[in-house]
Amino acid sequence: MGGLEEEKHARYIVSVEKKKDDFEALLIEHLRMNGAYWGLTTLDLLNKIGAIDVDEVVSWVMECQDKDCGGFAGNLGHDPHLLYTLSAVQVLAIVDRIDVLDIGKVSDYVAGLQNDDGSFSGDMWGETDTRFSYCAICCLSLLGRLSKINVEKAVNYIVSCKNLDGGFGSAPGGESHAGQIFCCVGALAITGSLHHVDRDLLGWWLCERQCKDGGLNGRPEKLADVCYSWWVLSSLIMIDRVHWIDKEKLTRFILNCQDKDNGGISDRPDNAVDVFHTYFGVAGLSLMEYPGLKSIDPAYALPVDVLLSSHVPSSYH
Amino acid sequence: MHGRPRKDPRPKDAAAKAAHLHDLQAQLLQNHRNRTYTKEALASCSKLLEINPEVYTPWNYRKLALQHNLDGVTDPDAVKSAIEDELRVVEIALRTNPKSYAAWYHRKWVLGRRLMPVEFEREFRLLDLLLKADQRNFHGWNYRRFVAKLKNVPDEEELKFTKKMIDTNFSNYSAWHNRSALLSHLLKKKSQGFDSKKNTLTEEYELVHDALFTDQSDQSGWFYHLWLLDQTVCLDDPQLISSWPTHKSDLILSKSNKIDGYQLFPSSNSSSFSLLHTGTFPIILYFNKAVKNIDSSTVSVSSLFVTNEDLNWRPLSTNNSGEACCWVTFLTVPEENCSSSTSYPVEVCLDRYKDIVSSNVSDCKNPSKFTFTVTFRSHSLEQTSKESVEENVVWNYVDICNPQESPCLMSFDQLSINGDHAGEGFKWNLQILSNEIELFREFNDEDSKFVKLTLARLLVAHDLMVPNGSHNHIKSHSGEVLTLYDDLMKLDPSHKRYYEDEQSMVLMDQLTSDKDSLIKHCWQFDEPTSSSFHRQYCLRLNDLSLTRIGSVKNILWVQMLDLSHNKLHSVEGLEALQLLACLNLSNNQISSFTALEPLKLLSSLRVLDVSFNMIGAHTIDTTRYLCSSPLSHTLDAKQLNVGYEKETTEVCDRWEVTLLFRALRLTQLDIKGNAVLNEKFSVLATELLPSLKWLDGKRVR
Ligand SMILES: [Zn+2]
Repeated sequence: MGGLEEEKHARYIVSVEKKKDDFEALLIEHLRMNGAYWGLTTLDLLNKIGAIDVDEVVSWVMECQDKDCGGFAGNLGHDPHLLYTLSAVQVLAIVDRIDVLDIGKVSDYVAGLQNDDGSFSGDMWGETDTRFSYCAICCLSLLGRLSKINVEKAVNYIVSCKNLDGGFGSAPGGESHAGQIFCCVGALAITGSLHHVDRDLLGWWLCERQCKDGGLNGRPEKLADVCYSWWVLSSLIMIDRVHWIDKEKLTRFILNCQDKDNGGISDRPDNAVDVFHTYFGVAGLSLMEYPGLKSIDPAYALPVDVLLSSHVPSSYH
Repeated sequence: MHGRPRKDPRPKDAAAKAAHLHDLQAQLLQNHRNRTYTKEALASCSKLLEINPEVYTPWNYRKLALQHNLDGVTDPDAVKSAIEDELRVVEIALRTNPKSYAAWYHRKWVLGRRLMPVEFEREFRLLDLLLKADQRNFHGWNYRRFVAKLKNVPDEEELKFTKKMIDTNFSNYSAWHNRSALLSHLLKKKSQGFDSKKNTLTEEYELVHDALFTDQSDQSGWFYHLWLLDQTVCLDDPQLISSWPTHKSDLILSKSNKIDGYQLFPSSNSSSFSLLHTGTFPIILYFNKAVKNIDSSTVSVSSLFVTNEDLNWRPLSTNNSGEACCWVTFLTVPEENCSSSTSYPVEVCLDRYKDIVSSNVSDCKNPSKFTFTVTFRSHSLEQTSKESVEENVVWNYVDICNPQESPCLMSFDQLSINGDHAGEGFKWNLQILSNEIELFREFNDEDSKFVKLTLARLLVAHDLMVPNGSHNHIKSHSGEVLTLYDDLMKLDPSHKRYYEDEQSMVLMDQLTSDKDSLIKHCWQFDEPTSSSFHRQYCLRLNDLSLTRIGSVKNILWVQMLDLSHNKLHSVEGLEALQLLACLNLSNNQISSFTALEPLKLLSSLRVLDVSFNMIGAHTIDTTRYLCSSPLSHTLDAKQLNVGYEKETTEVCDRWEVTLLFRALRLTQLDIKGNAVLNEKFSVLATELLPSLKWLDGKRVR
């Protein structure tokens, strides 16, 4: 079957950036900020971030910032949103340029989206979702400004989205879903609140996401998909239950989803590749300690060395 | 991004389609920027959303347009028509992508304005249509909950809807999920028809059996069954289930002037026990679930030599939630005013038991108390104590314990403080469990993974509700459960390590919960300097393939514990063993320093062997977020640098080791055979552990 096609994936990611005018590219132009984060993180995990012009990235990211509110949009001309603000901060962290930010302004924008019940709106229009709780908490932690929000309320809201199967949904009563579970477990991890998780119950639910083909699905009785390698694995690692799945079979599933000719990884074997699944595939392999890859942090979704340089005194790395 | 084949033939009009989409996007951004909210502009936006619904900006633009165009408008028809337009755009968008967060939210936002009465019929029709197309669309289910709340639909009605969906197709996790959530509410409120938990659960078991035995490989019903099981055995109220000292025990404390260093003095009397360590001894409370609010106002300790108000209770947990199963306080051995050879009774009483609550806000329903006596003796043991501190402990054993002498087995019957859980109140719960066990045993020959796993869980639950002790003689099912897990490992090798972990807990319970099995693991320790009085006993749970620790409530007395040659990757649970002085974890699978976090809470620990583990062998640390660290905001990063000398910083790229070693007071450490080691490690260990005398068998101080 062969191993990971590092070179081809790196080339694929760089080439996607340049294709802006075909239909598929246009469909996702509004989330180019997420794309930048997925692409750059993948390149960094592959030890190939040298190919990137950092100044160009930084100036484009800063152009996407809304000058009034301080939040970031997914692309030029679009409206700001927490989903893209987190990606922007993550991108700047990867290229080690957080210093270009007006940290006070960005963190005020994020903190200003917390609601009375502790939840977070994604933007000024008020949609709430535990995904936004994660975005806000991760973003503020990276900026060193978690104290700007009411962390206790934020945690209690996430706990109110916990289900009887041990998982978490997008809102109180919402069905458990591996993506939402990652967001909730990640937010609880960053705030030192994982004691709210029933780790054995959730761990079993998560490890049962592994399908016969070795891949992981996001909910019971669904097909496996490479992106769940990330959501499920990272959650299992944070609660110390990742040994409950078969890593070898999962590794094989991910490698089988590579486009061995043109690079990139798809959701399932022989499907069309995209940057999103290329990132989740490589990040999943990194979580399973695939040789030659940098290791990624399961809570912040950033390369561990990037994270440690901002959170731990410099004498330790 | 999902489900598109890799070799998708490009349609001939691809370029034209792309150009069209590009135009619509450009128009939208321009209209948005210029605040143009004309009919034409909105129509162009609708076309864009029909192609690409999951983009926030065009929906935001529509919201602004609606606000702008209805500003000051009072004509109800005009309002209605504008709202209609929005609802229609959402419906068209959902046809393209029924999982578009942005489209669903737009509908909620429009209805939430309450600009006109909500046409609930229409909303439920839309939902029926969508859930028929995809029964598992969780956006649809979320929206259904939203509409039901808006309309104040009673939970009973929605419960009927879940039944309808389940009857159509058993394999509908979404419906089962909603059902469990609704039923929990109804049971909690004791709504009419749901006031008897027994009747409700019995009906639900019947419903789920139909699903389970229709298709045994479908997961949906099994998760629901697990929830029912949890409801059946749910002992909401926290209870004190174990303590040290145990009820009615007699403690003999031998006084020594030597304050540093450990001393373990099991007496020869099997119903008593003695110890001295740093002039204090612990009282340990062990509850069946994590509780908070243990302090001198909720728990009173009464004795002649104790001032209750001075006692400081500490939760034994590695998080800072203020909750724990296990709590400890340390009593100070009085210097002068206790005369030798008098027994002082001590009573520990959960006075304000209603203030002791678990995380689900249930309070203790029973007042618990236990008593023991303390006798102080002033043996002169300076000689032996000094030597024992100096000597390098080697894990050799001379002989298995004489049952008459073994210190650990005293008052085993008093372990369970409240005795009899299995009173009248639990009769129906046990009855349900027995019925289920019988049913699943019948199906067990079919080699179904879920049947076996559920049976194992039922049996464990049953044993949990019928505690061991003198009051009953019901045989434990642990043997049967161990076999089931053996089968499961063969049947479902992908989840082998899950079954190993579960099996480990059952095995630990089997080994420790009765006297006869425990005695086989108590060994007399070979200590060269030991006098007859100064004899050490060790609990040997080595070479048992244990992967994690359970049942610590049964071994709170243990001072020397040998867990070597197992497959332990976690030591969670050991934090309760407040008397533990010597711990052997060699030849296990501990893979990081953070995995040893629970040991930080063991104030008596002096001798630790973690040699031949896997510390440092992995790049991903699975316990990093379960211990104090700057990454989880449970530790100020600045603390890491305190008292840290320049020369050693290069030795260690792992800040976790610093945090761990600073919290330990070891005199002896064995750590050879781990990947983390390098030549400078011993310098670091010696520096971080000022009390260390022996490192890997070599004298360092
Ligand atoms: Zn996917």
